[in-house]
Amino acid sequence: MHHTHKEIELAVRHTLSIIVDNEAGVLARVIGLFSGRGYNIEHLTVAPVDLEGNESRITVVTIGTPHVIEQIKAQLDRLVPVHRVGDLTECGPHVERELALIKVHCKGEQQLAALRIAEAFRAKTVDSSLDSYIFEVTGKTDKIKAFIKLMDDVGLVEAVRTGVAALSRGAEAL
Amino acid sequence: MSGKAISGAEIIINSLVDLGVEVIFGYPGGAVLPLYDALYDQDKIRHILVRHEQAAVHAAEGYARSTGKVGVVLVTSGPGATNAVTGLTDAMLDSIPVICITGQVPVHLIGSDAFQEADTVGITRHCTKHNYLVRDVDKLSRTMHEAFYVATSGRPGPVVIDVPKDVQIYTSDHVHSGTIKHASYRPEVKGDINAIREAVKLLAGAKKPVFYTGGGVINSGPAAAQLLREMVQLTGAPITSTLMGLGAYPASDKQFLGMLGMHGTYEANNAMHDCDVMICVGARFDDRVTGRLDAFSPNSKKIHIDIDRSSINKTVRVDVPIVGDVAHVLEDMLKLWKATTLENGRQSYDDWWAEIEVWRQRDCLKYTPQDDVIMPQYALERLQELTKDKDVYFTTEVGQHQMWAAQYLKFDQPNRWMTSGGLGTMGYGFPAAVGVQIAHPDALVIDVAGEASIQMNIQEIGTAIQYGLPVKIFILNNEYMGMVRQWQELNHGGRYSQSYSESLPDFVALAKAYGGHGIVVEKPDEVDGAIREMIETDGLVIVDCRVAKLANCFPMVPSGAAHNEMILPEEDEENQEYEGGAALV
Repeated sequence: MHHTHKEIELAVRHTLSIIVDNEAGVLARVIGLFSGRGYNIEHLTVAPVDLEGNESRITVVTIGTPHVIEQIKAQLDRLVPVHRVGDLTECGPHVERELALIKVHCKGEQQLAALRIAEAFRAKTVDSSLDSYIFEVTGKTDKIKAFIKLMDDVGLVEAVRTGVAALSRGAEAL
Repeated sequence: MSGKAISGAEIIINSLVDLGVEVIFGYPGGAVLPLYDALYDQDKIRHILVRHEQAAVHAAEGYARSTGKVGVVLVTSGPGATNAVTGLTDAMLDSIPVICITGQVPVHLIGSDAFQEADTVGITRHCTKHNYLVRDVDKLSRTMHEAFYVATSGRPGPVVIDVPKDVQIYTSDHVHSGTIKHASYRPEVKGDINAIREAVKLLAGAKKPVFYTGGGVINSGPAAAQLLREMVQLTGAPITSTLMGLGAYPASDKQFLGMLGMHGTYEANNAMHDCDVMICVGARFDDRVTGRLDAFSPNSKKIHIDIDRSSINKTVRVDVPIVGDVAHVLEDMLKLWKATTLENGRQSYDDWWAEIEVWRQRDCLKYTPQDDVIMPQYALERLQELTKDKDVYFTTEVGQHQMWAAQYLKFDQPNRWMTSGGLGTMGYGFPAAVGVQIAHPDALVIDVAGEASIQMNIQEIGTAIQYGLPVKIFILNNEYMGMVRQWQELNHGGRYSQSYSESLPDFVALAKAYGGHGIVVEKPDEVDGAIREMIETDGLVIVDCRVAKLANCFPMVPSGAAHNEMILPEEDEENQEYEGGAALV
């Protein structure tokens, strides 16, 4: 890709935090930038985070070579309503969580199996009928994936995930 | 936030006046009728009625680029806005400050597929620096000021303000005054002094340096061009420019190597390839400049001055990035250079210049003049010669004629050369010339055109005639979409698919039909006379200059080749028969 850097750059996963003005169209600007320039979005979460509702925090998990990640950050930074762009992956240790709701359909022995697995994953049962459950589970992406995979064997009907929310560790803000 | 409540339309007009706007280019329609009504009663802002909204934006671009001011456009909703999209994208790619006010259907109709409704902010999100939909008349004044700030600061660009019709009618007493302090948008103009120090150190140790400058120098303003001249002359280093940067450094100066890139000079591209330190000033390593990336200037250390951080390391990795405004950075650089070289001197560039001189001897822009057919290069050389002492501005359309104009016209001042670089928009040149002429009524404004490009916005002759604009359209007519044909010749076995300009109008009669003057010229010995007649004729003139049909634009770096792998004219002429039947008119 670069004349002075012949080594092949490997794509890596980065978690970005973007503080934006909470105004109409701001999410479209951010995701439009990703689609328009061919960048990946693995996860996307967005909600207002200050008490007045003036600012939103967008968390994007993306995959790209270090060069592409640098470009993504620079491109995001030049959007007018973007206040700050933080790269949690680069800035050191951080906490990542997502929440999932998983609906399973099962009877008899499979019901017990489902409940046992849910307990092991510290999932909450938030809905149940005679032959179905909805579990609420939180954790890192790998844990959510593992839980869904196990429930698939038990009788997965459908699942929904919020995508990753993340904060850096320690007392500092972005 | 006090005083009499006035309508949204009046707020817009007042804001424009406050912001120093004297001219707007526009076209009325249903959703902007309140605005046009407000224009009717005032004499502070001159409205130029174009014939197509795309042309309004190009005219605003020409106005902006030739003055350093912002260009302002006013169009209606729906088709008015969508017609403006090409112009907005053009301004985006070439970093031209443009404000485009679009009408919108009333707020309560938005989203209902109302008559002449389009999602303007959605459509223009990708082709503007920023855009606004103003739903609240109280926010209109502030938004106008903010839009100007965004369009003109940092890396300039187009900004759309979409104003629903009812918002133009509602009244408000909210009036913004003073400067804009934006919460999240705060472009840096001062470069990091440590990076500048490193750059100066690198430059002082260079044996084969080259300045590679672009449109950013012109956007930074006349001070930047002045500082660049000082810097380049003080160092004694060679300098080349992108298409967008022509004029920032005088073309007539001996240190100037000509334009670089796909149709750049042999000496410029070779100097870029073989240099040991490259100082990129306000340019962006565009693919037309770099050629094949992995073969681009392989042994140089690269310094990159750019106000847009995302331009740095985008395609070419650089060693010393400096984020900042060209004028600010060059000012610091000059101070440090003077101090550094006073202490330690600098390397001699004698060997480097000797190398460059060998490349120059190749005389890569040489062509073989013909007795009975006008070579396009000849026509431009004569145009240059006969206009060089005039107060002249050139615009171009896009294609072969554009590249020849860049090669054969010589610009010694910035803001005199208006061309569509990034987007390559056919149909740019003539409306841009209209905008230039509005800003400089007494200047000689010439659109160098092709017979294909000119037809893309030819309706603007009406605009030029209406306002008495003496724009000159100089058509290099080879009856082909020349650059398409050239690529088809080089890359597609000469299969000229759809690139012949069938059914051309009689351009002389066309000029006359609108109330202008037309001249046709077919022989080399008639060229000077035609150009003189064009200059001396008051009012709009079209010169239909019939040139060699199959001439190619060289040097050329073929797509995908390294930037020092150029096809040169004489190599091509061995395979070409200009005197053969096909080449003759």
